[in-house]
Amino acid sequence: MHGSGISIWFFIGVSLLVNGVLITGAGIWQVFNPPANPVVLFYLHANVWWGAVLTVIGLLYCFKFAPRRES
Amino acid sequence: MMAAMAMFETMFAPTRLVHLSSIDIVIIAFYFVLVLAIGFYLKSRANTAEDFFMAGREMTAWIAGLSFLSANLGSLELMGWAAAAYQYGILATHWYWIGAIPAMLFLGLVMMPFYYISKTHSVPGYLKLRFGESSRTLSSVSFAFMTVLMSGINMYSMALVMKVVLGWDIHFSIWVSSITVAVYVALGGLRSAIFNEVLQFILIWAGALLIPILGLIEAGGWSNLKLQIAHNASSEYTHLWSTLGTSTGNPMGIHWTGIVFGLGFVISFGYWTTDFLVVQRVLTAKDLRAAKMAPIIGAAFKMMVPFIVILPGLLALAVLPLKLVGETQAVATGGHSYNEVLPLMLARYCGPGLLGLGITALIAGFMSGMAGNVSAFTTVWTYDIYRALIKKDGSDQHYVNMGRWCTIVGVLISVGTAYLVMSFASIMDYVQALFSFFIAPLFGTVVLGMLWKRATSAGGFLGLLAGTVSSIGMWAWVKVDPSAIRYVAMSPSATDMAANMYRALWSWIVCVVVTVAVSYVTTPKTDAELNGLVYGVTVMPHEEPVAFYHRPVFWAIVVSIVFVILNLLLW
Repeated sequence: MHGSGISIWFFIGVSLLVNGVLITGAGIWQVFNPPANPVVLFYLHANVWWGAVLTVIGLLYCFKFAPRRES
Repeated sequence: MMAAMAMFETMFAPTRLVHLSSIDIVIIAFYFVLVLAIGFYLKSRANTAEDFFMAGREMTAWIAGLSFLSANLGSLELMGWAAAAYQYGILATHWYWIGAIPAMLFLGLVMMPFYYISKTHSVPGYLKLRFGESSRTLSSVSFAFMTVLMSGINMYSMALVMKVVLGWDIHFSIWVSSITVAVYVALGGLRSAIFNEVLQFILIWAGALLIPILGLIEAGGWSNLKLQIAHNASSEYTHLWSTLGTSTGNPMGIHWTGIVFGLGFVISFGYWTTDFLVVQRVLTAKDLRAAKMAPIIGAAFKMMVPFIVILPGLLALAVLPLKLVGETQAVATGGHSYNEVLPLMLARYCGPGLLGLGITALIAGFMSGMAGNVSAFTTVWTYDIYRALIKKDGSDQHYVNMGRWCTIVGVLISVGTAYLVMSFASIMDYVQALFSFFIAPLFGTVVLGMLWKRATSAGGFLGLLAGTVSSIGMWAWVKVDPSAIRYVAMSPSATDMAANMYRALWSWIVCVVVTVAVSYVTTPKTDAELNGLVYGVTVMPHEEPVAFYHRPVFWAIVVSIVFVILNLLLW
């Protein structure tokens, strides 16, 4: 699907990027405003680093498979 | 925006397994927007029948392979096998490894060339070319009927899960998901379904991978996990093969012959090589090498799926402070059932945002399962029933329009089925069983058709019919007289799961024996007629020489070696 319209990998990049940003944002908010009933292993702040991983992968896919780069 | 969210949240019942925050709802809403956007974008690329029903036959091996796997990786599959892992231990892994990998490799290396070279649009279409119209009609009518029912069951199951997990209204879940699926499949056809399946595959990994990672951290690693499971349940729960010497020595009540021959051979090969729902994805590959490579890529990822499905079930045995029970007992006591293990583990480790992503993965899995069923139904209805039996001379545009309408009608029938199941829950058990009646005999018919040139049209049709009838007969026999399970499953203590495996094995044998016997007394087709359809009389198209690491057989060997090592490690 590469080279003939928008690649599926671009849509996936957008999805990971948006989700990653939202999850990281929620995680950082919780670092400064800890919840009353935290999840197990809350101190690892999984949503911060997992969200960051998704954001980076999403950015890479958005950049690599951006429609303008395929024309 | 916040007011809308507050209204959205108040729509749902107060009883729920997990509570979503505003950020979780934004993530779920974004998923719906994205799949609809993909459908609208792909509408302009679904103008011909080849585009609409076969995605233009231009998919790369990666997209076809991930879609092939994803069409099977629905949420019922994820939640069901996580529950099975809690209930039966690591034995549930067999459904991902021996119950899938050999069959997927066989499809890629042996069967795919014939499906691909024959340029068939469907598995019933191959039967038409090989055995004639009667075999196609039998398999296409049964497949179309069952597929649309399965779609409805999937829809109902999703609504039920959303009700239990999130407290969502069941009608809201059914209608929102079905309208979304109808819109994006009717607009973009199979290409749209495939794009969303690949997206779903990524979301499932993004949403579910944290559970085993954090679970292993909490449990203190694999060795400590095994010790805790041995303490809380039994050490049998962490052995893949060593407890299968007798059917009473393991939690599933199954003998290794049932796993190897029933699951590993008949059920697995039947499902992965002849169920059009999954095979259709590979038929969209852009060339023969991509078509052979796609199932091998699917097999490589299939081997990893237990990490996000089986391991959470095992982790729950070790770390959950509560004891999960069967569905009936859970309803009676107000406790939690095995089926809730995955959402419970999700809620245990995932805070705001991550929870939304995990729930999105579940919703995506359900919707993708519905879309897969509906798109396969649309193709079989249009090509193998409507065009073959009702209107043979329609224009290309006519069949595309039929496909779009058929998608909408298929979704509406699915909604009807969902409401039917809501009223008569036992229908679900019957339909699941009905679906299994056709898969094992169909594998017998297709594999003989591809590998044995002596198989005749009459042999193929009567073998398929006899196998199906015998499977229904054995099922009915056990329903009427439960003690008959000692004959069907070779053990009086066999579970339903074990009975399914042996019934599949016997019906496959009946199909093969009848096909062979009838073929020997009827006239076969000539070699020229079988070119492109049967091994030994087909001239394979020339493939450009490529480096060894681009060859499907090389990667099939790599996957096989890893498969053997994993089984030995967890023996």
